[in-house]
Amino acid sequence: MTKRAPLSLLIFVVIYLVFLYAPVVLLPIFAFNDSAIIAFPLEGFTMRWFWALGEEESLFRALKNSLIIAVSASILSTCFGVLTARAIARHEFLGKRPIFGLIMAPLFLPEIIIGVSILIVLLQLGFSLSIWTVIAGHVLIITPFSVSILTTAFGNMDKSLEEASLDLGENRFGTFRRVILPLVAPGLISSLLIGFTISLDEFVIAFFLTGTDPTLPVYIWSMLRFPSKLPTVMALGFVLLVMSLVLLSLFEYFRRRSEKLTGGYGKTQHHVGQEGE
Amino acid sequence: MTASRKLLLKIKNSLPGWRLIGGPFLFGFLLLLTPLLLMILLSFWTQDYLTLDRTLTVNNYVEVFSHPVYFTLIKRSLNISLMVTISTVLLAFPIAYYISFYGGRRKAILLFLITIPFWTSYLLRIFLWKIILGYNGVINSGLMSLNIIDEPLSFILYNTNAVVLALAHAFAPFAILPIFVSLEKIDRSLLEAGRDLGDSAIRSFFRITLPLAMPGVVAASLIVFIPTIGDYVTPRLVGGTDGLMIANMIQVQFSKANNAPLGAALAIVSLSIVVFISLLFILFNRKYLRRQV
Amino acid sequence: MASPAPEKQTNPPSMVMLSGIRKSFTDVEVVKGVDLNIGVGEFFSLLGPSGCGKTTLLRMIAGFESANEGIIAINGENMNKVDANERPTNMVFQSYAIFPHLNVAQNVAYGLKKQGLSKEETKKRVDEMLQLVDLDGYQERPSYALSGGQRQRVALARALIMQPKVLLLDEPLSALDKKLREHMQQELRRLQRTLGITFILVTHDQEEALIMSDRIAVMFDGKIAQVGTPREIYERPVSQRVASFIGVMNFLKGDLIGKTEKGISIASDVFGKITLDANQMPSPLEPGAVTIGIRPEMMSVLYRDSDTADNRLNVKVTSVDYYGDMTFYSVAIPKSNDQVSVCMRNTVGRHVYQIDDEITIGWSNASMVILR
Repeated sequence: MTKRAPLSLLIFVVIYLVFLYAPVVLLPIFAFNDSAIIAFPLEGFTMRWFWALGEEESLFRALKNSLIIAVSASILSTCFGVLTARAIARHEFLGKRPIFGLIMAPLFLPEIIIGVSILIVLLQLGFSLSIWTVIAGHVLIITPFSVSILTTAFGNMDKSLEEASLDLGENRFGTFRRVILPLVAPGLISSLLIGFTISLDEFVIAFFLTGTDPTLPVYIWSMLRFPSKLPTVMALGFVLLVMSLVLLSLFEYFRRRSEKLTGGYGKTQHHVGQEGE
Repeated sequence: MTASRKLLLKIKNSLPGWRLIGGPFLFGFLLLLTPLLLMILLSFWTQDYLTLDRTLTVNNYVEVFSHPVYFTLIKRSLNISLMVTISTVLLAFPIAYYISFYGGRRKAILLFLITIPFWTSYLLRIFLWKIILGYNGVINSGLMSLNIIDEPLSFILYNTNAVVLALAHAFAPFAILPIFVSLEKIDRSLLEAGRDLGDSAIRSFFRITLPLAMPGVVAASLIVFIPTIGDYVTPRLVGGTDGLMIANMIQVQFSKANNAPLGAALAIVSLSIVVFISLLFILFNRKYLRRQV
Repeated sequence: MASPAPEKQTNPPSMVMLSGIRKSFTDVEVVKGVDLNIGVGEFFSLLGPSGCGKTTLLRMIAGFESANEGIIAINGENMNKVDANERPTNMVFQSYAIFPHLNVAQNVAYGLKKQGLSKEETKKRVDEMLQLVDLDGYQERPSYALSGGQRQRVALARALIMQPKVLLLDEPLSALDKKLREHMQQELRRLQRTLGITFILVTHDQEEALIMSDRIAVMFDGKIAQVGTPREIYERPVSQRVASFIGVMNFLKGDLIGKTEKGISIASDVFGKITLDANQMPSPLEPGAVTIGIRPEMMSVLYRDSDTADNRLNVKVTSVDYYGDMTFYSVAIPKSNDQVSVCMRNTVGRHVYQIDDEITIGWSNASMVILR
């Protein structure tokens, strides 16, 4: 039974929400605003900025780069995440804590430090900057997220399930295919989606490690200097927002399915169904 | 069993785990640990235009600590970061409290609502704050049209205020979520027990809720503090000249100024300060963190 | 050093044979030399407190752990190089391990996949098995909609459908409530008798072991303390530890004087000098101080002077515990002030004594056991 909140708290929450949404609300407003200047007063409704998006060739190149990077980085991070989560959840080994700490460390370091330090290494070794260097940087910072998501998924899975499968005659590969994979799949998908989203929006590391092929955020950054391009950028931002929302909803859906399948009743016995048989 | 036999056995038993985690670990080792170590090494070298002098020297650090420019930047970055952390966490707490204690069945939806704004591009969000705070921006044109002011306010953009505001906005959900998780874990019957023993609602908040929520507050503070010190985009877009932070200077050293070793030294100094303060903070709050209810 | 008790019943052919099994985890030895011989069609229980190694032993038979030393043979074959998925055993796990993403029928049919049966054949067998465990009609039920008892039966069906030579059960009833547990104990017994398969059950609940088993192995600290039928374990425990683990046992101090052709003579202040039968001393002991065990239900309260007993004692009641069908009296023996328990069935008209009452108790010589 939830009580009613005190009025002062409610007012605070409303004001806070206004604060949170302030910049976001402006995005569609100026994306559809029929003016080349991003300022009030508004001039009327138009879709021309969205059509203009279609003309920007460099935009599409940047988008393509970002997509390639995001897909690669999320797949690689998810693989790393699976390996790490499985090792942490099912095995004991020397150095477990420091190794885990190193893999999760990127979460706790400012991005600029990470970007700069990788840059140094690459320059010293004579590597040139390219899509691959950005992918590497992204994998570094996305892996901790994958590990978190997948550790929960593996941790919730009853260890006996794998033994039961073996006991019933399946070999290791069959067990993986018929038991582990289906149960971990929602977690895998969540990890891929979140990795994809993080990579797509990531700016600092991409900024430092990108070569001649900019990512989308790097492209946007360069566009911010040109006032004439701004409305188009607004339109782009709006498109990205909608896409992100769709992805986020998918992520939430899969996260719930994952919880339903592996957690919540494998260990704690919920007496669903009729009693007294 | 002798000690060395035990160790050998432990190593043998570690092999399956090592085989799994070897890849990710190697990756982190090559791309995080080694670069950081290299960066430390680099900070002891010097660079003249494009030539790198590998003789070890502490000149860079001397320069960082002697030239007022760097010191001002570091101090300002710390200041901004602290202000952002304090304001963000303070403001986040009531929101987290509201969702946890008054959210009922709509908790998930409320959390979702909190995160929607942050699915826009970070760059664009900061840029939009520029729009809001600018000379012809939303606030100014709005206030002027309502005749509250005659002239546009200029103190709201291109200075540290703007940076703090924009960063506080950007990191809001990062502060709300850990505090929320901590509040959720609090057994509601503890509060009932407090009331039963005579506490008013306010007293039970300070004596029970707040202490038990501290792990979340500590986590939120660190999650906000650490990245904001090293933020690059916000000071660049809305900081003007007065609001630039250390990350901007580091970037300059690596590009225009062609002084990577100095940039490295700056980065190491900043990182050390961050780590030091974070450890202090964690130590200070040890007593809250140990009691994981 | 553990040694198998001599088989008291007609020896069934051996199904599972463990010889010299030792197992350590890093530097802790959990199984310290176990020899066991389990016969075909036996309901065999491994009984012991938590941490005694019984579950480890079961898992070694299943193949999930390998022994550091010793041989495990099932149906005459050495299993040392045989993987878990190849062994003729199947296990019912403590958590039941029902696959959450499959429904009941799919769970039960899981192990049949590799046999390449037709759909109809699979369905037939699944239906048969579900009928056997009383879950007919539950085929389509999703796993998360099952109660604890239902999940247990699904786990049973899933294991039995594989027609194993040995069914292993790891504390299968510990998660169920009392009534359900009692029902399932009968069910498991019935199933085992119907199918004739060898069952090996691991439990810490001695009542459970007594009710269901043909034979029990009592295990402490990685070693087998005693193997025998429930009756042997209960009435002729080899040591105090076994005696107190199964049920309640009174302990009296006495002296073992010596063995003669007439029997074993013992003496104490409490009961004087008496001669007991040779089988009342399950482990060979030297003359000297010994402990005598008597089960509380073997002692009775003597209501009338005319009631006869081999041994009589005047005692004082120190506490009374009423259990509905029984009453337990704790009484203090004069002079030594030792306590013993006396258990009396409550029958109509029988007087129930109070604390501080002075009563007389009695017991027969045949009910005594000389323990290590």
